[in-house]
Amino acid sequence: MLTILLDGVAYGMLLFVLASGLSVTLGLMNFINLAHGAFAMIGGYVTALLMNRAGVPFLATLPAAFLIPAILGVALERTLYRRLYGASPLDQVLFTIGLVLMAMPIAAYLIGDEPQQVHLPAWLSGRIEIHGVGIGVYRLFIIVVCGAIAAALQVFLIKTRFGAQLRAAVDDARVAQGLGINVDRIFAIAFVVGSGLAGLGGALAADVVGGIDPSFPVKFLVTFLIVVTIGGSNGIMGALFGSLLLGVLDVAGKYYAPSIGAFIIYAVMVATLIVRPQGLFAAGDGR
Amino acid sequence: MSAPALEARGLTRHFGALIATDDVAFALQPGARQALIGPNGAGKTTLINLLTGVLKPTAGQVWLQGRDVTHLASSARVRMGLSRTFQINQLFPDLTPAESLALAISERDGSGADFWRVAGGGPEIVAEIESLLTLFSLESDFDRPTRKLPYGKQRLLEIALALATRPRVLLLDEPAAGVPEEERRDILAALAALPSEVAILLIEHDMDLVFNFAERISVLVAGKLLTEGEPEAIAADERVRAVYLGEDAHG
Amino acid sequence: MSASDAPATARLTAHLHRRARWRWPEIVFWLAILALIFALPSRAGIINEALIAGLFALSLDLILGLTGILSLGHAAFLGLGAYSAAILATRGFADPMLGLAFGAGIAALVGLVTAPLLLRGGDLTRLMVTLGVSLMLGELANRNGWLTGGADGLNFSIAPVLALFPIGFTGQRNAALYSFAVLFILVVIARRLACSPFGLALAAIRENRLRAGALGVGASRRIVAIYTVAAAYAGAAGALLAQTTQIVSLDLFDFHRSADVMLMLIIGGAGYLYGGLIGAAAFIVLRDVVSAATPEYWEFWIGLALVILVLAGRERIAAAPRRLIALIAPRAAPRGVA
Repeated sequence: MLTILLDGVAYGMLLFVLASGLSVTLGLMNFINLAHGAFAMIGGYVTALLMNRAGVPFLATLPAAFLIPAILGVALERTLYRRLYGASPLDQVLFTIGLVLMAMPIAAYLIGDEPQQVHLPAWLSGRIEIHGVGIGVYRLFIIVVCGAIAAALQVFLIKTRFGAQLRAAVDDARVAQGLGINVDRIFAIAFVVGSGLAGLGGALAADVVGGIDPSFPVKFLVTFLIVVTIGGSNGIMGALFGSLLLGVLDVAGKYYAPSIGAFIIYAVMVATLIVRPQGLFAAGDGR
Repeated sequence: MSAPALEARGLTRHFGALIATDDVAFALQPGARQALIGPNGAGKTTLINLLTGVLKPTAGQVWLQGRDVTHLASSARVRMGLSRTFQINQLFPDLTPAESLALAISERDGSGADFWRVAGGGPEIVAEIESLLTLFSLESDFDRPTRKLPYGKQRLLEIALALATRPRVLLLDEPAAGVPEEERRDILAALAALPSEVAILLIEHDMDLVFNFAERISVLVAGKLLTEGEPEAIAADERVRAVYLGEDAHG
Repeated sequence: MSASDAPATARLTAHLHRRARWRWPEIVFWLAILALIFALPSRAGIINEALIAGLFALSLDLILGLTGILSLGHAAFLGLGAYSAAILATRGFADPMLGLAFGAGIAALVGLVTAPLLLRGGDLTRLMVTLGVSLMLGELANRNGWLTGGADGLNFSIAPVLALFPIGFTGQRNAALYSFAVLFILVVIARRLACSPFGLALAAIRENRLRAGALGVGASRRIVAIYTVAAAYAGAAGALLAQTTQIVSLDLFDFHRSADVMLMLIIGGAGYLYGGLIGAAAFIVLRDVVSAATPEYWEFWIGLALVILVLAGRERIAAAPRRLIALIAPRAAPRGVA
């Protein structure tokens, strides 16, 4: 059972890295970016293609899986996204849906409909035992890497000046602006990092979800939305806890009750809404 | 003596460590013409939000028409006769003044859930809309979308909407705020023409308006009620002057 | 009010009633569609599709355009209506009107049950909930193949409408007329609703919920009510689709359907009821033309259209049909968009 728990934690960690960018965009600029999953998809494809077609080792592809979506994020943010910061929620939704709907056929056209598999290197395959609990090596790897990312993000947020500025801007953008904080630049950076993290998450997730295919952004859209809603958009800890909760419940549900397992996350969504509509960790001013 | 139209008993509101409203107690009599003044940040709008139910108090009670409404939702208090205007216009940009008033009236007379008849259909509603439009000098603008009206007219519509609910108690949050000098007279005239049975609490910075309108003035400073009394007494009160003069010194 | 105010009163009354009155462009619109059905019998299939899509878009307009509620999962009700009608037919109840009522009813029921979830939290919550519900239903349909036929779909036949007009494969024109009749009746009802005090309250909720509450409008019950009605309309569209094409498939619950209908509504302009009909017609026609050229990547063009629409300014684009109508019939010009 502990194995299941650890599997769930690993999945939750993945969700955290994948969705953290969305949390920040939402919390910071109240911007609903439904195209977030596309960045994850791109990261996944980068890793899969580099490995399968260019023989690049798995670990070496990960920086590229972060950078390429990040660069794309810069380009899109500078040209398109920033026009819509003040736009109505409907406009943001329509726009980002449009982007996603464009991204998926492009992927299908360039790469094909077949899921691209990531074949893990030998040292990441297999299972090991820790104190009598079996766990896949790759799952362990994910927990360690994503945990490190989460810790790094938390430290960054709390200890650095930029982090303080980010937190101030999330709290109240207008006041922060008045204090001389360049909220626009902060958002751009946060958006880019978030996109990069999504890409990295996508690369890491490729093996777990059975390969990357063009429908990835839409398949996981609702999951991201649920993570962000449960965790609130108010900080790393909230997003992390929300992701872990969802990850564990999803994996455990699918294992113990396969016929209804897929619906567990929806049940969690409804339960959260009934209990605390602004998310479990929001400061009470949820959108 | 009849029950006060509106009463605050020990009303308190904390925002974390910030005490926005500190044990405020006052009573508004039926037909009152009362003003609430105080420096910026004194918590006047917070107090209105507490009275109308937009905010829940940390402690204390709100009594309306002799009934405890502390736990009643905003819309329920409106139905009981408590209406307010907002400091920043809260209007319906794409609806015309006529439509906005029609909405307020049909909500009040219970036909708000009617999904078959045409809104603003009956002659009584039309007559009422007309009299409100006239009262607030909006007759010539009744069919323009609200967002196309000049600011002063919008402010008048803001008050007209609140009045359309035929309230027993009306809370006006800085009705003259942002209104150009020439149009302030219209606001003053509208205030003077409000029905005498309605108890009115006016929050304002414009002292002309306040002293012209109020029979009683309360002074709110840092969430606490400093003092309350007749206009002449308040004008002469040293403490009140200090509060305002102190503010003036900082410009 | 003095006697000299009589013309002012009359103008005021006319203004308040302006949307309720049937204007000649509307009448022409409906007659034109009818004429089209008779004039182009070979195109009855696509006309039928456009009518049904129009009904689906209208149902979204009720919640998005009129009330301002964002939904990413409206396809849920389309699928529910379609499958309910189809399943009923497989059990021997092949009368189309019965199937129609059943489909709309089931969809309305689900709408009623899920509506309370939309009340709390903000736009993000609504997006999540609506998307979640539609995906969940799609998953449910997928797993319960014994009921829904799963990926294979269902085999069923529909009895003639009113026992007189067959609407199967050979009765395409009848099918179009059937859809037309249903659409027309539902539009008439929707018009009454939009012009009523209830409809006005919904517009107020959309424009400024805070002020609406300050005027005594209880948003919760109104929203639940209109969401249920909208669900019923979408369910009816689904039932019509199933009955006139005699096909149901799991993709009815897909996210694409929800995105498609949003685009239809936005092209035509949200908030004045006819926008969905116009947008749907444009969409269906365009799709017919474009997918002849690039069948698999239709989705890409929809995405591009959405992006361009938003960047160019929805207001300005949706204003075009409105301004056109204002040119022809000034006092019939519709108001308000989402």
